[in-house]
Amino acid sequence: MITLTIDGTEVKVEKGTTVLEAARKAHIHIPTLCFLKDLNEIGACRICVVDAGARNLQASCVLEAQDGMVVKTNTPRVREARRTILELILSNHDKKCLSCVRSQNCELQKLSLELGIEDGEALGGERTHYEIDESSVSIVRDNNKCILCRRCVAACSKTQGCGVIGAVNRGFKTSIESPWELPINQTACIRCGQCIAACPVGALYTRNEIDRVWDMLADDSLYTVVQTAPAVRAALGEEFGMPMGTNVTGKMAAALRRLSFDKVFDTDFAADLTIMEEAVELVNRIKTGGVLPMITSCSPGWISYCEAYYPEFIPNLSSCKSPHEMLGAIVKSYYAEKMDIPVEKIRVVSIMPCTAKKYEAKRPELAANGYPDVDAVLTTRELARMIKTAGIDFARLPDEDFDSAFGESTGASVIFGTTGGVMEAALRTAYDVLTGESLEELDFHQVRGVKNIKEASIKIGDNTINVAVVHGTANAKELLETIKAGEKEYHFIEVMGCPGGCVTGGGQPIVPAQERIDVDPRIERAKALYSADAEKPLRKSHENPSIIKLYEEFLEEPNSYKAHHLLHTKYTQKSKYPALEK
Amino acid sequence: MSQRDEQLKLIDIEIEKHKGDASSLMQVMQYSQDIMGYVPMDVQVRIAEGLGVTLSEVYGVATFYSQFALEPKGKYLISVCLGTACYVRGSQSVLDRICEELNVEPGKTSGDGLFTVEATRCIGACGLAPVITINDEVHGRLTADDVPNILKPYLKG
Repeated sequence: MITLTIDGTEVKVEKGTTVLEAARKAHIHIPTLCFLKDLNEIGACRICVVDAGARNLQASCVLEAQDGMVVKTNTPRVREARRTILELILSNHDKKCLSCVRSQNCELQKLSLELGIEDGEALGGERTHYEIDESSVSIVRDNNKCILCRRCVAACSKTQGCGVIGAVNRGFKTSIESPWELPINQTACIRCGQCIAACPVGALYTRNEIDRVWDMLADDSLYTVVQTAPAVRAALGEEFGMPMGTNVTGKMAAALRRLSFDKVFDTDFAADLTIMEEAVELVNRIKTGGVLPMITSCSPGWISYCEAYYPEFIPNLSSCKSPHEMLGAIVKSYYAEKMDIPVEKIRVVSIMPCTAKKYEAKRPELAANGYPDVDAVLTTRELARMIKTAGIDFARLPDEDFDSAFGESTGASVIFGTTGGVMEAALRTAYDVLTGESLEELDFHQVRGVKNIKEASIKIGDNTINVAVVHGTANAKELLETIKAGEKEYHFIEVMGCPGGCVTGGGQPIVPAQERIDVDPRIERAKALYSADAEKPLRKSHENPSIIKLYEEFLEEPNSYKAHHLLHTKYTQKSKYPALEK
Repeated sequence: MSQRDEQLKLIDIEIEKHKGDASSLMQVMQYSQDIMGYVPMDVQVRIAEGLGVTLSEVYGVATFYSQFALEPKGKYLISVCLGTACYVRGSQSVLDRICEELNVEPGKTSGDGLFTVEATRCIGACGLAPVITINDEVHGRLTADDVPNILKPYLKG
């Protein structure tokens, strides 16, 4: 341990701690912009400068605390330097806060208030102007708001292993672009939205589908069905001032009903259905010598990654559609028939923690009944905005249930929203299917948590199943390389495209960098799901009574002909450099 | 085998020498620049794949340093020094006149592929200010009116 003095307060920290982190121990929050814990610690923006006794002010995010160091974080010189830095950034920023989706959750706006920026000459001067890139169905880039912090670049290359954006040109002309300034849809972007989650301002945001959904809701001739992914309930409350990790399932169902959806269903039900299909697919592959390891297919970011970056693993992907697509296909077949509703009048809206799901819903192969399985995908953030627009007092809503038929779910399905959850759910069912016995100890702690690559060998009857779990496509890349090199052999792998899984997907409420220094949203949000699982009376997918009924009345059995037609799909290789092929 | 195929073959050999070594990025890009006169997109992709870096990194480096060109350079590279000494002695008007005569913008290549015109920083020949170089030949103490005569021998191709 070393001791230093920050603004007159003595602080003891581990060697290797930065001054920025040490200051937080003295309850001083040094402002940051380019800093994103563990991901982007590059001292680029200089807003975090402090006086540590050297001739020049130093960036505290990259300054290692030394024994006996005396740091001043709030001198006139420091304040003046920070204000000048902020004015320079603002002078080339479009300052259209009124219409910006990040207003009130913008790190630049917050700092401007905190540092007392005044409008005036300092904010004028030469400006660069950029076309807004709306080429992607998931992500919009507005470089007129970009502050060149490079947090998105780090997320794209380090966490996701894609690197489809980077800094281009130099000096005043520097901008964050794809190679050759191509529109983002002409790159191998997997639309995970981790760049949006990393952006401190409104330079990256979700392609908004709110108006389309308002139109559907206003059209009385349509039958609107909404469904919510497991991870949404673990984070939606944050948009309404609730603490991170609050489970808002009941209030979310109530809010959706008040938005006037005709039916409020739960994607959790479809997660149970996915497990039925996927567990049986796995058992069949093991028994019949099919392609192993089998890799999960719920995450459309991961699917796009596999198709473009590792097409040799396409045969390993489970043929199961992702849960919300399964539910869409069932609503537009079984449910439409049962309720006697014309399929063309049904609109299925999915509330997802994910920007890649917007693309997935538009894939032509995901239209089992001649119509898209899912008609619109809204992110958690978009749903929050609709609830606010409608003036619904979310925090005071009563807790309501989902509508019956597709509202019932087990504990296995709710943990789908976090890394390791799909694996755990599948193991609970695979065990019972393979052994004909009932698994007693349901918690597979080996696959829980946020370690980059988790491995376990699970004894099921006479078989030992080797499994691996990864989250964030850069970790998937690392794992796939060990398999290609023949260093590792597995039966079953879960990949979630986003780090932490869906709870921290690209469509979830954005957690400011300062907050992320102290809390890990991947862990806090997952807690909400694991406690929901523990509280459920039924915790294995195959015990869900609605699932049993669905197979009895309609699907017959997992992997049946009908199930294959409605619930399974296939994948095709995509180019890693689409622009090159033109 | 076309000239381009031969160049690509050489570049592939160079990439192979530095396989998986991200720190050799500039060196390999410079090699491509030297033998092709520029670093086209397909070459940038080869380099990215070979060295294990992203295409964004390669493109970022290519646009950061003026020594790398994204379009083929002309047969004759005309560099006009805009260093302090040349500038105060009127090199801007020399540059303007060259561009006017060849109908090309600074940093670009003429339509016939013969000339690329560049503005450069001080080339260390201040005694000859204002100075230009055409490939390896140096022309000094110029005025704008000298430009047509200097260009004449090169116009034939």
